[in-house]
Amino acid sequence: MARITLDHIRHAYGEKPKSEADYSLKEVHHEWNDGGAYALLGPSGCGKTTLLNIISGLLQPSEGRILFDGKDVTYLSTQQRNIAQVFQFPVIYDTMTVYDNLAFPLRNRGVAEPEVDRRVREILEMIDLAGWAKKTARGLTADQKQKISLGRGLVRNDVNAILFDEPLTVIDPHMKWVLRSQLKKLHRQFGFTMVYVTHDQTEALTFADKVVVMYDGQIVQIGTPAELFEKPKHTFVGYFIGSPGMNVLPAAIDGSSVTVGGETLTLDYRPAVSAGAKTELGIRPEFIALSHEGMPVSISKVEDIGRQKIVRAEFAGKPIAIVVPEDGEIPAEPRITFDPAAINIYADSWRVGREG
Amino acid sequence: MNKTWNNKAWFMVLPVLLLVAFSAVIPLMTVVNYSVQDTFGNNQFFWNGVSWFSDVLESDRFWQALGRTLLFSGIILTIQIPLGILIALNMPKKGLGVPVCLVLMALPLLIPWNVVGTIWQVFGRVDIGLLGRTLDALGISYNYVNNVFDAWMTLIVMDVWHWTSLVVLLCYAGLVSIPEAYYQAAKIDGASRWAVFRYIQLPKMKRVLLIAFLLRFMDSFMIYTEPFVVTGGGPGNSTTFLSIDLVKMAIGQFDLGPAAAMSIIYFLIILLLSWIFYTVMTSSDEQA
Repeated sequence: MARITLDHIRHAYGEKPKSEADYSLKEVHHEWNDGGAYALLGPSGCGKTTLLNIISGLLQPSEGRILFDGKDVTYLSTQQRNIAQVFQFPVIYDTMTVYDNLAFPLRNRGVAEPEVDRRVREILEMIDLAGWAKKTARGLTADQKQKISLGRGLVRNDVNAILFDEPLTVIDPHMKWVLRSQLKKLHRQFGFTMVYVTHDQTEALTFADKVVVMYDGQIVQIGTPAELFEKPKHTFVGYFIGSPGMNVLPAAIDGSSVTVGGETLTLDYRPAVSAGAKTELGIRPEFIALSHEGMPVSISKVEDIGRQKIVRAEFAGKPIAIVVPEDGEIPAEPRITFDPAAINIYADSWRVGREG
Repeated sequence: MNKTWNNKAWFMVLPVLLLVAFSAVIPLMTVVNYSVQDTFGNNQFFWNGVSWFSDVLESDRFWQALGRTLLFSGIILTIQIPLGILIALNMPKKGLGVPVCLVLMALPLLIPWNVVGTIWQVFGRVDIGLLGRTLDALGISYNYVNNVFDAWMTLIVMDVWHWTSLVVLLCYAGLVSIPEAYYQAAKIDGASRWAVFRYIQLPKMKRVLLIAFLLRFMDSFMIYTEPFVVTGGGPGNSTTFLSIDLVKMAIGQFDLGPAAAMSIIYFLIILLLSWIFYTVMTSSDEQA
């Protein structure tokens, strides 16, 4: 178990990157605490897997250093770093039995056979495949195979970190939930540093203490699920987290007053916006109240999703989503008000705080 | 389930049936015809039962030729399969090296068989051949014309040169189809180079290896052109394989009956051995 420091890491797949755009992974400078559970969240192609492979040592970063507990491991191989990694698609050694598959990482490291047996049996119980130990791994279902992959990651108890690269993609929804809870339990029990790559926000938010949101090769925000929800640092985080995502509306800022769609709101602070920046107002659908007062909207669609209703409406020519409680009334002449505390102001897509 | 029975469907198979009949069944039947009859010329044939078969099976000549052929196939397979795997493992997986290697590998396969024979026949000659002269200059006594060991060596090296590429190309195709994640997982699991080969590469190559093995077995068991050109079956009868013997009997001696019987036995041996290899090599698949 280790604290992982990413020291000004950058990576480009092509040789001799010229411009910033050539880097698949833009500069990352960050520290992962020992024993933390982190989720790397972002759309496909945002650099999550690149970052993960750099941590595990499958990939050498073009620039920067990686430190485990302060020790430079940038040029060490995956084996020397002692990392476990679970991949998106199950990798099993299909000529071996389930038992031998799980024993493989231990035997490769010369662990004594009684210890191998003890660890493997423990993992077999954990992943619920005890009855399959003697079977060849070939005939198993996709989720059983992936459980073996997970098991091979967990079987070593001395690893510095366990990395998961979208491990539950091939698992069916119910099993996903079960496995995720098991992983969380394991994390609490053993305190491994875990990094979990996913593009599924539910997975990220339920698994991790800290979620790292990546977009276009850079980390846009690192925070607890609550921080990501309430104060998205970048409009992308606003869109990506939450269902439906945050409403982002073009807005004109003048001191502490914000003009959006012809209506002017007054904030209790003056956003630090520099002149010429593209300014926007972000508000989560959950913090918009639909009533007879406020700014007029025209409703185009109401989606009933059970405990709440999502109202799709048009406000000042822009689409807007509003979350209304299940029993909430939808007035004939709808008007909306924003919860002032929930308003975020963005300049060139980045959240701005108070001035001065 | 309701199945519609319509006997007209048989007409659909008719073209294939005719094609197979003309290309395989009818020629084969003439051989069968010869194998059970005898003639004294004048196009008059007499029923002869299975006596040609028993003649062939009782002759030392047949068993010796069969032994030589089996030995040749055995040596060829023991060399070409491991060598092919080894070369395939060391071929580049990307970059400019890939097309270069592939073309180099494919070259021997593109040369007509009798030309391959001629190349080696000339190459190995003691008077003018590059190999023959070089070995002679090095003080190594080498003459494939009158030395049995040298003749065998020449044929084996020639076949290895000619056909290992096929094994290489098939294995290479199997290797490049292995997803990168397997190698990454093996690294994470701390697998040694041998373990990667044993548990990832070999299992994934198994199917193409089966094909390579069967093709190489059948081709080497039926080898005719190259030894015919290089050694002509000699010195003595030392490189007279079944195929060469068969042609000698049929065309040289014009013994059509025994030759036909031998053809059928030859065919059945290949069929039987291929079936045994196939069954043995795929049996582990069916357990799963």
